[in-house]
Amino acid sequence: MSARLLMTAAVTALVAAQPVLAQQTSLGKGEGQVDIVAWPGYIERGETDKSFDWVTKFEEATSCKVNVKTANTSDEMVALMNEGGFDLVTASGDASLRLIAGKRVQAINTDLIPSWGSVDDRLKNAPWHTVDGTHYGTPYMWGPNVLMYNTDVFGDTPPTSWNVVFEEMTLPDGKSNKGRVQAYDGPIHIADAAQYLMAHKPELGIKSPYELNPDQYAAALDLLRQQRGLVGRYWHDAFIQMDDFKNEGVVASGSWPFQVNILKSEGQPIASVIPQEGATGWADTTMMHADAAHPNCAYMWMEHTLSSNLQSDLSVWFGAVPSVPAACSDGRGMQTQEGCDANGLADFEKINFWTTPVSKCESQGECVPYYRWVSDYIGVIGGR
Amino acid sequence: MATHRLTNPLSDMFWRRPRVLLALLLAPPLLWLGVVYIGSLAALLLQSFFSIDEFSGLINYEFTLKTYGELLRPANYDIVLRTTLMAAAVTVASAVIAFPIAFYAARYAKGRMKAFFYLAVMLPLWSSYLVKVYAWKLILAKEGILTWAVDGIGASAALNALLSLPVIGGNSLSVSYIGTFLVFLYVWLPYMILPLQASLERVPANLLEASDDLGASRGQTLRHVILPLAMPGMIAGSIFTFSLTLGDYIIPQIVGSSRNFIGQAVYAHQGTAGNIPLAAAFAVVPIVIMGVYLWMAKRKGAFDAL
Repeated sequence: MSARLLMTAAVTALVAAQPVLAQQTSLGKGEGQVDIVAWPGYIERGETDKSFDWVTKFEEATSCKVNVKTANTSDEMVALMNEGGFDLVTASGDASLRLIAGKRVQAINTDLIPSWGSVDDRLKNAPWHTVDGTHYGTPYMWGPNVLMYNTDVFGDTPPTSWNVVFEEMTLPDGKSNKGRVQAYDGPIHIADAAQYLMAHKPELGIKSPYELNPDQYAAALDLLRQQRGLVGRYWHDAFIQMDDFKNEGVVASGSWPFQVNILKSEGQPIASVIPQEGATGWADTTMMHADAAHPNCAYMWMEHTLSSNLQSDLSVWFGAVPSVPAACSDGRGMQTQEGCDANGLADFEKINFWTTPVSKCESQGECVPYYRWVSDYIGVIGGR
Repeated sequence: MATHRLTNPLSDMFWRRPRVLLALLLAPPLLWLGVVYIGSLAALLLQSFFSIDEFSGLINYEFTLKTYGELLRPANYDIVLRTTLMAAAVTVASAVIAFPIAFYAARYAKGRMKAFFYLAVMLPLWSSYLVKVYAWKLILAKEGILTWAVDGIGASAALNALLSLPVIGGNSLSVSYIGTFLVFLYVWLPYMILPLQASLERVPANLLEASDDLGASRGQTLRHVILPLAMPGMIAGSIFTFSLTLGDYIIPQIVGSSRNFIGQAVYAHQGTAGNIPLAAAFAVVPIVIMGVYLWMAKRKGAFDAL
């Protein structure tokens, strides 16, 4: 009981200490630096590869020094932002709403970002960074989870459905897919199963793969149990998956354009497709801390992310799609229209973007929450 | 030297009250142990008695045993059982393999040979754990060097028979329990050899001679003299191999069939699910198992060999 009291007291104190911040209305001089929490590989200054640099010019033009702290998981990002001391974060769909709900990020004034108008219209009001019409960040990058496959095995008949990873079948090379396909080792993969069921079992009435009632959820788990029989090892780390395609005889799996591009560049017989059922995907947002110490530099950086070579070069570097469509074709960086299309630009409508499953869901009132997804997916992989 | 005095009030006090000095010296380490070490364990234990609300997914800060009850759900119980069995198998196998190596190194190897043995046992510990595990992934892969070598000597039928075994088999060594077991065995073996060797070196030679003089065969000497005397070292080694396997969460993620071990379950529940009570309850399991194990080991006198 005392622990509960203590918690309540702590929460009250936190809420009380939270300043009610109105969004900024004008931009002053830069404060000399900006501190950003980002995914690894997201903010390059030419140190990994000389030709990938989207920081140096910004620093020269604004004299805001860019300090980057990389984080490997969404939870790490949320933890760092709770700790404070940062101005910006490149938050994915599962972290962004948590940050907004926890009042760790502030609403932004899009008038202070001249290039806001160039953002993909489909992303401007995306639900993972816009709450009740208020914007909590600028879209950064997005990408689909594609079906990667081995072209030696599939030959002239590339897969058109996710059934190659969900149902036992004979592949074009005459051998079974058993033991030769993979699936993602994270509970969010349940959404991929749900998306497959949306197309193949419409009677279940699934409207969003992230909002499942107990019946729909049970059907998705059954499909995943069937998949367990086909999968030798689930993939968790992008580089281990690439190794499994090279040395373990894996020929098809859900994957990211990142792995596809690297394997192709190594001359491996690899291609990818977004199957007819559509795909799940991720979309990241640059969000500003509620107590950002360098708001002017932060606004300048947000403008920079939309207007410079960043969108173009980063989409090449990361195998992702720019949030500014013009970055694909106006030659500001290395990206080309073909490259954007290969990374999934044309398939936006087919993608269900990652959001955290919650119990109070929009489409049907009561859904299975995420923590159940975690424990049940562990069970499915364990053979239950 | 006007300032020099023959007595110093501080040292006088320490002389008169030796307990004060003792308390001052012990306070920092005890504080460290109490606050940082025991404190974090207590916080963990406390968390495991809370529960997660079924509907909202929020943590319910009221005392309950419900979370421990969840450990008994088939999927979670499987994880505990799987981890414990793996730890036991790795421990037994490393004892069996380590004994002849330690025995030779302790009683026969001399001079350079002895140095070589020490070096050979220690050498793997010098390189990064991750590098070793990734290397094993390549060795055990379906198209890896081991499969190639087995193919070369025409024994692939035997390998396939091994891999077709239910439960422990799989598509290739690197995606089966056998592979996970081999990597665990390799990585923790030195921790078994070293204490075993130390205890074997302490077996007095005259006891072996006496056993010989009294007409015991070599086998009898091994069973009735050497093994009992080496037992404390073996138990000390087994504490390492057992507890290290129990807590590891990286090897089963890289090599194996993706079925969770306790460490991975803790990581998944606290990291992505926010189900800290269940993660804490999972973390308590190895503590309990090791507590029982250490208590039994202490009764066998294992800690005399450390």
